[in-house]
Amino acid sequence: MKQLILFTLTLGLFSFGVPIPMVHQVDDSAAYPGLPGISVGDKAPDFNLKNIDGKQYSFDNIKDANGEAPKGFVLVFTCNTCPYAQANEQRLIDLHTAYAPKGYPVVAIQPNNPASKPGDSFEAMKANAKAKGFPFLYLFDDKQEVSPKYGATKTPEVYLVDANRIVRYHGAIDDSPRDAEGVGEKFVEKAIEAIEAGEDPKPQTTKAVGCGIKNT
Amino acid sequence: MKITYLYGENRKKVDSRKMHLNSIPAPFKFLAITLALTVTTGCKNENSKVNDAKPTLASKVNKELPNHWPLPDTYVEGIPVYDTFTGIEPMFQFDNDTTYVVNFWATWCKPCIKELPYFEEFNSNRKTEKVKVVLVSLDFPRHLETKLVPFVREQQLKSKVVVLLDGKYNDWIDKVSPEWSGAIPATYIYKGRQNHLVPSPFETMEELIEVVKPFL
Repeated sequence: MKQLILFTLTLGLFSFGVPIPMVHQVDDSAAYPGLPGISVGDKAPDFNLKNIDGKQYSFDNIKDANGEAPKGFVLVFTCNTCPYAQANEQRLIDLHTAYAPKGYPVVAIQPNNPASKPGDSFEAMKANAKAKGFPFLYLFDDKQEVSPKYGATKTPEVYLVDANRIVRYHGAIDDSPRDAEGVGEKFVEKAIEAIEAGEDPKPQTTKAVGCGIKNT
Repeated sequence: MKITYLYGENRKKVDSRKMHLNSIPAPFKFLAITLALTVTTGCKNENSKVNDAKPTLASKVNKELPNHWPLPDTYVEGIPVYDTFTGIEPMFQFDNDTTYVVNFWATWCKPCIKELPYFEEFNSNRKTEKVKVVLVSLDFPRHLETKLVPFVREQQLKSKVVVLLDGKYNDWIDKVSPEWSGAIPATYIYKGRQNHLVPSPFETMEELIEVVKPFL
């Protein structure tokens, strides 16, 4: 593991509210080649990926539930195999059902390499989407090149992209990634409502919790 | 919030005193119990008046007492289970000369399982040094009895295993380390106020030793 002294004392300051001298910081770019990727305010990288229906999709030809160009995209890196992804399937279905008619469709991208995760093969994606009745696009990042461009490291991990292709929110779907019944704050819904109201989402970023993306 | 922690700590203090009572001659028992109760009550008073800066005997005694493990909310087959991060937080705040190697893992996380033997080996090889390995399972609540317990039993894990069930990850991930994305495995190593987070798996035993060495 490559270790670099990226030393920032300020980071240590937040640990427990007292200054904590940090020994050293690990550069995890080795583990996550995509980092740092993009942040809120950055242009969302385009993609051209195959959906489970066999058709290719990119920002240009994705439509909302009314067949219109979307006002935003709930881009979510997710997969079949991760327990956190599974715990959020129904929540994504609900999001799409509620917000695709309002111009914000869910666009799911499966970033894992089936060589590492056989349960995330294109065939397995089709089967899972059929079994769960995914109403949204479920795209296969077959070359594992889209998640590194975004800097996504986990499933599920959301990038809310507006009509200008600018990332407006990045992180978790809500504040309870594991238990649907424990949800208090719905980050993505709130972010969509903020954009609709012409405001910046609050918060703009949260930490997405889930399984590491296996893109090798 | 902090009250829970001090309560747990105090409970332990009383418990450990009880154990010593048998070896104390009867005439002194009353005195010992009174002192124990004074310390316990004293700490609680101090805690409830956070702004009251008056140094008391109790607070002095409190600082000189060894650190105690926080009391879990429940046990599953003898494994301590903490419902909230607040409950487990004292485990990240021991202020002594022991190095704590706290590994976040789950039975569903393959890279976690892969690196567990390193922690086990490290734990068993370092009996003479002041180092303590703690394996914090982030398994799903419904999997504790069906997956975690059988796993711990089958693997005959010797390191201390605890469970943290707090699903409001965005409330506590940063408290462990702002550097942590929330992905597991992650390992937090600390001694007193010196700390270091490794947000990725260890590929070899040597990597683990190298990271812990500066603390010993």
